[in-house]
Amino acid sequence: MSIEVDEVKKIAKLAALNVDDADLQSYATNLSNILDLVAQMDAVDTTGVTPMSHPFDAVQRLREDKVTEVDRREAFQKIAPNTEDGLYLVPKVIE
Amino acid sequence: MSNYHTKTVTELSAMLQAGEVSSVELTRYFLDRIKNSDDKLNSFITVCEEQAMVQAKESDEKLKTGNAPALTGVPIAHKDIFCTDGVKTSCGSKMLDSFISPYDATVVTNMRNAGVVMLGKTNMDEFAMGSSNETSFYGAVKNPWNLKAVPGGSSGGSAAAVGARLAPASTGTDTGGSIRQPAAFCGITGLKPTYGRVSRFGMIAFASSLDQAGPMGQSASDCALLLNAMAGFDDKDSTSIEKSVPDYSADLNKPLDGLRIGLPKEYFEHTEGGMNAEVEATIKAALDQYKAMGAELIEIELPNSGLSVPVYYVVAPAECSTNLSRFDGVRYGYRCEDPKDLNDLYTRSRGEAFGAEVQRRIMVGTYALSSGYYDAYYLKAQKLRHLISDDFTKAYEKVDVIMAPATPETAFNIGEKTDDPISMYLSDIYTIAVNLAGIPAMSIPVGFANNSSGVSMPVGMQIIGNHFEEAKLLNVAHQYQQKTDWHKQMPEEFQ
Repeated sequence: MSIEVDEVKKIAKLAALNVDDADLQSYATNLSNILDLVAQMDAVDTTGVTPMSHPFDAVQRLREDKVTEVDRREAFQKIAPNTEDGLYLVPKVIE
Repeated sequence: MSNYHTKTVTELSAMLQAGEVSSVELTRYFLDRIKNSDDKLNSFITVCEEQAMVQAKESDEKLKTGNAPALTGVPIAHKDIFCTDGVKTSCGSKMLDSFISPYDATVVTNMRNAGVVMLGKTNMDEFAMGSSNETSFYGAVKNPWNLKAVPGGSSGGSAAAVGARLAPASTGTDTGGSIRQPAAFCGITGLKPTYGRVSRFGMIAFASSLDQAGPMGQSASDCALLLNAMAGFDDKDSTSIEKSVPDYSADLNKPLDGLRIGLPKEYFEHTEGGMNAEVEATIKAALDQYKAMGAELIEIELPNSGLSVPVYYVVAPAECSTNLSRFDGVRYGYRCEDPKDLNDLYTRSRGEAFGAEVQRRIMVGTYALSSGYYDAYYLKAQKLRHLISDDFTKAYEKVDVIMAPATPETAFNIGEKTDDPISMYLSDIYTIAVNLAGIPAMSIPVGFANNSSGVSMPVGMQIIGNHFEEAKLLNVAHQYQQKTDWHKQMPEEFQ
């Protein structure tokens, strides 16, 4: 499996990662090698095998629909990069 | 002259309970040890001197009442992956360099309720992604047995700190071997419990279906005490298991007569990248010791175990790419300077703050989950995961525990594998299958073998159990540690 530089650019965009042009080639090589390793999976026929999503095949536990969390907005916003009047600030999205 | 660092948690706990030492004295002693020696190791990211002394004083008050829990006043270190209220929680990343957690992880709460004093937060591979502790934003950790060698990873700081006795014990997390491999490299005892046994709440997520926290200490007896405090159902973790916690210390002294030990033939075959001859000889000597103690050695098969590494490098990156999407530079963590728009804010914050290994894994995961590839990668891996897990289920019909090397070789040198991610990944070939199956496993020190530079370094052996068989693993490990003293060896430089 060979991943080209253009494909790394596409994946990086999907992953919301800004990758320096200088690093693209080394990522392409690394990703190709990792996918070669992963390709070993094809050696085994898995027709009819159920995918395993949990070690005990447990199902998601549900809780009662009631409020359990207390309001800690101030504590949580104190660690944010930029807030104002209880809101998180980001660059303007709509002109 | 006091020599508290030569004492296990089990011994320190007894001394505290008997009033032979105070928690304040003990905590001061280990804080001084960290201050004097950690320059050599870089095993701590944060030392919590003030808080530790406050907690120590509280512990001494509790001890005076005469009914304080067993671990009251024992100082330990937490891996910096666990959120600690009011204390920096970096996860080894530039992304969280300024992150002061507003809450405690359940593990931290449970340990505090059990009376433990927190000395500080240990260094680790960035977001627990690595096998050598070299991906940390805070620099590599050194192995206390040889400062040129890695301590293993991702819980490398925790392992090095305990190996050098800068802390009597520590917590770690294990997604593909991150407790067992560094425990092996640093000559200590580590336990990865059954998936869901210990709460993941407040433990920064890497691969949610594999992540599990566990204790790292000097002996099986110590790990039992620590697991007693860590384990338990938590309704804040949706995959936490609703099952009562046994007393893990209760079975330690059971004799091993008739114990059936399975030896996976695939792990003992001579293949490229498999265990080297010196490690093999050391493991065989340990198995002979078990035979002498009344155990029976039985060859078993784990035919799909060879696929563990490829399966893991789909499942773990896929889950990591999802989990790490929360780091967007908006609510917490690193934000780039002068973002020109929202997309620039996201992509530049992430690109600047994640290290290369984390970015590689995010990209592999993103690719594997992207439209058109999901079936070929993630679904295929989940199917193979079932086969790997079934292999263990079948094996446990014939044996009580499985034994295997923890690593193919002893601790390699810093820089030796950094240029080749695949060779780094393969250092976890013996540990990964356990995470995929969700079963518990330990690594215990069983001797020494030369590494690739000819330096004698600790060898770890894994003891792998069926689901919820932690007590049996601890019993099997403890009995060995009653007959041998590998777990008591200490690196010369830190004696």
